[in-house]
Amino acid sequence: MTEIAKHEPTTIYIKPPKGLAALNLRDLWTYRELIYFMIWRDIKVRYKQTMLGAAWAVIQPVLTMLVFNFIFNGGITKVQTDSNIPYPIFSYTALLPWGLFTSALNNASRSLTTNQNMVTKIYFPRLVLPLASVLGGLVDFAIASVILVGMMFYFNITPNLSTLWTLPFFLLLSIIAALGVALWLAAINVQYRDVNYVLPFLTQFWLFITPVAYSAKVITGKWQWVYSLNPMAGVVNGFRWSLLGANTGPGPQMWISVAVSVLVLVGGLFYFRNMEKTFADTI
Amino acid sequence: MTTAISVKNLGKQYKIGAVQGKFHYNMFRDVIMDTLLMPVRVFQALRGTGMRGTSGTSSFWALKDISFDLEEGKVLGIVGRNGAGKSTLLKILSRVTEPTTGTVSVRGRVGSLLEVGTGFHPELTGRENIFMNGAILGMKNAEIESKFDEIVEFSEVSQFIDTPVKRYSSGMYLRLAFAVAAHLEPEILVVDEVLAVGDAEFQRKCLGKMSDVAQQGRTVLFVSHNMSAILRLTQEAIVLNKGQMIMRGPTQEAVDFYLSSGQAQAGERIWDEEDVPASSAPFRPISLRVKNRSGKVVDTVRSTELVHIEFEYQLDASITGLRIGFYLSTMRGEYVLASFDTDDPEMFDKFDSRKSGRYVSRAEIPADIFNEGRYSLGVNASSFGVRRYFMDENALAFNVDISGAPGTQWGEPRVGPIRPRLNWKIEKLN
Repeated sequence: MTEIAKHEPTTIYIKPPKGLAALNLRDLWTYRELIYFMIWRDIKVRYKQTMLGAAWAVIQPVLTMLVFNFIFNGGITKVQTDSNIPYPIFSYTALLPWGLFTSALNNASRSLTTNQNMVTKIYFPRLVLPLASVLGGLVDFAIASVILVGMMFYFNITPNLSTLWTLPFFLLLSIIAALGVALWLAAINVQYRDVNYVLPFLTQFWLFITPVAYSAKVITGKWQWVYSLNPMAGVVNGFRWSLLGANTGPGPQMWISVAVSVLVLVGGLFYFRNMEKTFADTI
Repeated sequence: MTTAISVKNLGKQYKIGAVQGKFHYNMFRDVIMDTLLMPVRVFQALRGTGMRGTSGTSSFWALKDISFDLEEGKVLGIVGRNGAGKSTLLKILSRVTEPTTGTVSVRGRVGSLLEVGTGFHPELTGRENIFMNGAILGMKNAEIESKFDEIVEFSEVSQFIDTPVKRYSSGMYLRLAFAVAAHLEPEILVVDEVLAVGDAEFQRKCLGKMSDVAQQGRTVLFVSHNMSAILRLTQEAIVLNKGQMIMRGPTQEAVDFYLSSGQAQAGERIWDEEDVPASSAPFRPISLRVKNRSGKVVDTVRSTELVHIEFEYQLDASITGLRIGFYLSTMRGEYVLASFDTDDPEMFDKFDSRKSGRYVSRAEIPADIFNEGRYSLGVNASSFGVRRYFMDENALAFNVDISGAPGTQWGEPRVGPIRPRLNWKIEKLN
């Protein structure tokens, strides 16, 4: 064995929890390597012992797109797209952030209970788990994006650079929205496994109020403001605008989406941090 | 000397839902009420105040008013019966759970061997799991890389390092897991009963690693039921009982104290209902006694006289194949003997099946067996190969006085736990 590292050890004070816990995000920073390893593990393990492997990241949105195309593009009904964009690419552009959002929401909400033995045995900032689950979804997102590039060539759509640079912002917004909601659900899930039953229902319901299969233009008047309370509506519109040049770009409603997501996230962070002390005892 | 760990008035309270379990929903009315009260529970949950039950939660103190300081580089043993609070204490020290009262200050990184193999993923290879597990235990990537070869060598699985660990045997899995944990180099190491697993050879290696750690000037907290390991590895120990620290002292004294605690009177051990785990049913231990030749309950027996051991117990239902065993061991944890009440085939035929009722199993240990010292008596009730009902390895302790035993005229201590009167003959051959 090597010598003890010569640095001066830091003293940690362990006290009973009092009042509102501080977010203590610096602690999260010192554990950044663990976040990286958790993401890495999730990705490594995700498609192990499957026949099609990472192809699943593509198959899921593509199949959904084909079904949507059949139902909403003439097969059963015909929905109007924005700026006459072909329906397949119109829906696929929305399915990308939607897929990221739902997988992030699902995985992160269950992250504490699936890693139960880590939670009850080791100290680390518990935020690592939902955060890593959310970020792990980005890889599937990137793989599925390749299809979008192909479709853009096929439908001969060139993204406008003046709007394309905003894409990371919308991506970030979808991550913030997913993480915000997931933090609440993950913390509640520790004590009440009802969350497991709420999740499929929640994502299904959420899909209806998000303009994935249809255009946001069908929402008119004062309902637009109510609609923009859903951050994913802002994200989906933003993706279409940024990549396909649909519509006129984000207006004041976008800021409502942003404000809602940030509020949910900050609230979620505080709630999570305050429940954190009981995780090991109640999980 | 600097203080590595300072614990002050530490307490941990757990709340237990009083009305949990299958008896909760014994009435349809309860189910309805429970459902109607759901909004209240959800509200409580969101405020973080609610507990699992709807009402009537009770609480107990897993730890109460624990205070001690530990200097850097010391090795401290922690002993106590199951449920005494040992694991809770270690969990608080390693920051897994937070205390209810009191404070702890810990100087340096706490590594713990409670978590051997935590975060191991069956689909990942040994190599990948080393990195993953290292990160979980708080090692930096560079640190793991520099110790990688050492870890692999220690684990003895180098051949299979690129095989998913789900293909490993349980022994290989454990060795790899321990190897990673053992190479974490914290200022403070917490070890909880890991040595109960693995083969003898690997256990030796682990104990060796632990004494290495101690010799390097790290602080070690060591929890074990294995008294000989505690005695070997620690100079000082604390004894926990029902969440309280009842003794701190040199290990030999602490172990002695621990082994002789829980006795109603010297030479007798009586089990209260609350001391008996529910899993023992239908077996219920009542009392265990050591008696001298004249039938008096004593704390000290004479080596030159026979000793009676009596174990009284209750069967709440009939048990087939039940056998009651006595284990004798020294205070250093070495076994002296084990014996069962139906060892004799005749006894077995007669008592193979015992109906419900109260019984006593008596054994007589002949004179001229024990050497001087203190012995620990353990009891065991089991059906061979079927089930173990009850076990208490250190149920009672007693002293042996050797006055009059063979060889006492020499006035020197004799080695070994037994001092039988051997039949010596001396002949002159020429």
